[in-house]
Amino acid sequence: MVHHKLLPRQYLILSLVAVCAPLGDSCLARGMTAMPSISLAHPGALIAAVFTPWIAAGIALLIGFFASYLTALSWADLTFVLPATAFGNVIVALLSRFWLNEAISLERWAGILLITLGVSFVAQGPSLTQHPAPIAEEPLPEETVATGGQR
Amino acid sequence: MTTLAFLFLPFATTADPWLAAAAIGAVVLASTTGEVLTAAAMKSIGDLDLIRARSGMTGAIRAVVTSPLFFAGVFFLAVAFFSLLFALNHLNLSLVAPASASLTLVTNAVAGKIFLKENVDRRRWAAAVLVCIGVYLLAH
Repeated sequence: MVHHKLLPRQYLILSLVAVCAPLGDSCLARGMTAMPSISLAHPGALIAAVFTPWIAAGIALLIGFFASYLTALSWADLTFVLPATAFGNVIVALLSRFWLNEAISLERWAGILLITLGVSFVAQGPSLTQHPAPIAEEPLPEETVATGGQR
Repeated sequence: MTTLAFLFLPFATTADPWLAAAAIGAVVLASTTGEVLTAAAMKSIGDLDLIRARSGMTGAIRAVVTSPLFFAGVFFLAVAFFSLLFALNHLNLSLVAPASASLTLVTNAVAGKIFLKENVDRRRWAAAVLVCIGVYLLAH
């Protein structure tokens, strides 16, 4: 019944989901490739790596990603959130094109186009499937939320 | 988190197609299971924004970490990550990362419809397929 429209705050969460994951990954990759190679004989070097600026930033971003991803899943469908996650790759590709002046091949432009198209399809529809009977079978009318028993 | 895979690139070698299919299949299966369980956990917990408004950040965190479904989901996401590492031990990153990332989108659409009873309409099917091909092209 209810056509779920997202609040500005929820769009903010979704954009955090999209941006944090690929940026975090890039920070980790940048930090790790800059390091001398780590052998399994010295695992302590991996612990030390956590405290280098790029790796620390990457981990912080990935924690931010996971927190906002969980938040998004608490009010939107998985099949709605996942395309948003994929859209982050488009943002990073465009950033690397216009900010770092990296070249983007024709194949990648095609990828960017397809992802954008797919995400725009999903974004036009409702963000949450309404079930006739809520999954958490609690007859509480005060709110649609089932915080039930968890707290 | 596929870029993490770069770290294991030196180990990448080529292998027979059956092993490749099995390794990528394991990654896709485990991560789909993990995503679906996590999504189910978050749905059963309820709107985190509302919980946070009512009982603060600690309340929201407590709601998440006391959910067994959530830990089941995280467990399978961890299995997915380690099967990705295993896959990279035998296959090239340029095959494994885009193939598993894009296939997961489609299997998640199927699993979301069957297990989460999400309304995967024509729009979402089209999106799953387009984004799947798009991710492959972008990451390859």
